[in-house]
Amino acid sequence: MQQEPESLMIKLQEQIDALQAKVSTLENSRKDQLSIAIVSGDLDKIMAAMIISLAAATMDTKVKLFFSFWALSALRSKNVRGKGKNFISRMFGVMLPRGKNRLKLSKMNMAGAGPLMIKHLMKKQGVLCIDQMFKDAGELGIEIVVCEMSMNLMGFKKEEMMDYPHLSYAGAVTFVCDANESSMQLFI
Amino acid sequence: MTTEELKNVVVAKSVDARGTACPGPLLEAKKAIGTIKAGDVMEILSADEGTKSDIPKWCGKQGHEYLGAVEENGYFKVYMKKK
Repeated sequence: MQQEPESLMIKLQEQIDALQAKVSTLENSRKDQLSIAIVSGDLDKIMAAMIISLAAATMDTKVKLFFSFWALSALRSKNVRGKGKNFISRMFGVMLPRGKNRLKLSKMNMAGAGPLMIKHLMKKQGVLCIDQMFKDAGELGIEIVVCEMSMNLMGFKKEEMMDYPHLSYAGAVTFVCDANESSMQLFI
Repeated sequence: MTTEELKNVVVAKSVDARGTACPGPLLEAKKAIGTIKAGDVMEILSADEGTKSDIPKWCGKQGHEYLGAVEENGYFKVYMKKK
């Protein structure tokens, strides 16, 4: 049985419309955006995350960093002490590095000698220091999202977190949504 | 462009990033690109080998025209034209 050419055309048009709709959803679902879940609190890994983020932001890629668990140590201020902590939170506060300049290396830490040597080498070879990395990140509009759950778990207080222009607090769903629309997702 | 042509090109802005390592030169180039007009040529001086491959990639993504690189004594001069 032969179909009418007109009805065939309508069918074809419908299929094209459906395909176009699918293509546009695909195009819109992946933004030029980088999402990194940073869980590690080691100096080397935080630096790797920051260097990748800076490179991406330089290329006008939107960067969203989700700081969670041990990585939160990197965001602590050097001098601010959180108030109203219980015993366990106080212990966490004492045991964990107070800020990005006191982070340990994941290898060759050698009781603090390793980070000193790395920082010396970085300075000598013109690698940005970690303070400068966060400063540039702020200027380039890199967003930092603090995982509220792990912050509470470790007993860190909001007033302990460093001054950063694009800092916000959120949960895992925020990371999943951000990562879903990003064309690049990393876990460090 | 050939090395000879690059040496004679009129440069609107020169960025000396020889003191910094990756991704420093790119950050400085990014800061400087806002100060020049479209069609102007910028040169980036870098001692970092990676810059030679990073700048063309950056240009490709941003739509700027990568012109080429010249090797000097211990550093590179990378040339690009703003979109």
